[in-house]
Amino acid sequence: MGKPKKKYFAIFVLPTLLAFLIAFFIPFILGIYLSFCDFTTVTNATFVGLTNYVNAFTNQNFLNALWFTVKFAVVAIITINVCGFTLALMLTQGLKGTNLFRTVFFMPNLIGGIVLGYIWQSMINGVLANMGVTMLMDPKYGYWGLIILMNWQLIGYIMIIYIAGLQNVSTDVLEAAKIDGASRWQTLFRVTIPMVMPSITICLFLTIANSFKMFDQNLALTGGGPSNKTTMLALDIYDTFYGKVGFEGVGQAKAVIFFIIVAGIAMAQLVFTRKKEVES
Amino acid sequence: MKAKGFEKAVITGILCALVVLFLTPIFFILMNSFKGKLFISDNPFAWPSGEMFVGLENYTEGIRKTGFFSAFGWSAFITVASVLVIVLFTSMTAWYITRVKTKLNNILYYVFVFSMVVPFQMIMFTMSKMADMLHLNNPLGMVVLYLGFGAGLSVFMFCGFVKGIPYEIEEAAMIDGCSPLEIFFKVVMPVLKPTAITVAILNAMWIWNDYLLPYLVIGVSTPYKTIPVTVQYLMGSYGAKDYGSLMALLVLAIVPIIVFYLFCQKYIIEGVVAGAVKG
Repeated sequence: MGKPKKKYFAIFVLPTLLAFLIAFFIPFILGIYLSFCDFTTVTNATFVGLTNYVNAFTNQNFLNALWFTVKFAVVAIITINVCGFTLALMLTQGLKGTNLFRTVFFMPNLIGGIVLGYIWQSMINGVLANMGVTMLMDPKYGYWGLIILMNWQLIGYIMIIYIAGLQNVSTDVLEAAKIDGASRWQTLFRVTIPMVMPSITICLFLTIANSFKMFDQNLALTGGGPSNKTTMLALDIYDTFYGKVGFEGVGQAKAVIFFIIVAGIAMAQLVFTRKKEVES
Repeated sequence: MKAKGFEKAVITGILCALVVLFLTPIFFILMNSFKGKLFISDNPFAWPSGEMFVGLENYTEGIRKTGFFSAFGWSAFITVASVLVIVLFTSMTAWYITRVKTKLNNILYYVFVFSMVVPFQMIMFTMSKMADMLHLNNPLGMVVLYLGFGAGLSVFMFCGFVKGIPYEIEEAAMIDGCSPLEIFFKVVMPVLKPTAITVAILNAMWIWNDYLLPYLVIGVSTPYKTIPVTVQYLMGSYGAKDYGSLMALLVLAIVPIIVFYLFCQKYIIEGVVAGAVKG
């Protein structure tokens, strides 16, 4: 089939393909090439080998940002998933008003990172003002601020996915467990949780990826302050590019490392979900 | 495991408390947006009563100072135009590369899928330089960039759906003498509608809230600032800020999203779940 269709390539594929080449493919290839170069604009690049990568890995700001991101991700992943799952359990009990609750919990997810960041910035500073401090006085305020903000934004999102998973657990199995005399907690940990494992995998990876890629919220809430102590990976890359002239090469090398980390997480997810599918 | 009467009451109570907690930040900025600017930093949690209450002054001032309507207009234009262009072109591409089996189309599919895992920071510098060179640093150019950068996820989602459509219907249309364009618009497009809604919602949420791409490509010294760019431009600047009008700006920035959400809630939630599970 499809022989006569071939001449339609220009109509069906070309518009998307051209935009894709301009906005993604060429910048991506150029980005990899430039990470091995010294440059300030795209046209004045000179090849310098691995120097940029060496500089990136010995750059204290980058290492701090990496460590801060990991510290942030671990706590955010646990809190968001535990809260999201608990809410999902509560909202699958057939309560009155379930739809209203779901609507409210999901809503913050739609507000963009920049606006969200400033809403929380004004509120957290309002609370801290009672103690006579501001968020930029100690990185621990920024850290917990980011955790609270991320929870507020993502709990509803994660909750929705868990609800979809919980609704797929057949009531027959739950009733069988009840008849066999399983307690509530036993049913939860031995029956329900194993049966929603696919949802848990999706949610874990979603929160990991979102934590690592976080930029807008970081920029708006603390801007990395005080003195870059709350800068995450994406913001550090941005600062390296646009903060001072002459470090574009290092910035691009950091961006490639960042890409490898994010792509690695996505690959791990793919392998993990495939394996699960074979088992079940 | 269904809860019984008393427990239901307890759970409902907890959920109500959580609803209040979730709405606190929204309520906080709403409350402060009616306060005089000097009272916002002094009494952030006080009810705007008596001399603190300034009515709509912050809103009128805020709209005038921040050019809110212009930002809203450009955000709306870029979002709507990009979403329409993305849905139209990526669905056509997805159908074509799924139905016409050539080596090139197969490679294209995998390159599109690959692009989904690449974070924006990887290409932000080179992409914004290219956009400058090709004179795409304007609202229409943004539509092209969004089509290109958003193509991966959208093509992937449409491909997944097209694979599930039985080929017989299209074959029958072909035998009846329909051209591929007629087949696509008259036979395939109607079936694609649910996926098109999902793709439209995911892209609309992304583009409406996107900050870095419009900031790097269009910048702040043009009249084309979008809402996120305006918010960051005013809130992120140093020096004395008029918190009154900024609070009003934050409220105005979230009102369109909440209105949209309340009207299309079902589609949004379904779309987000479908996007998460597939993406």
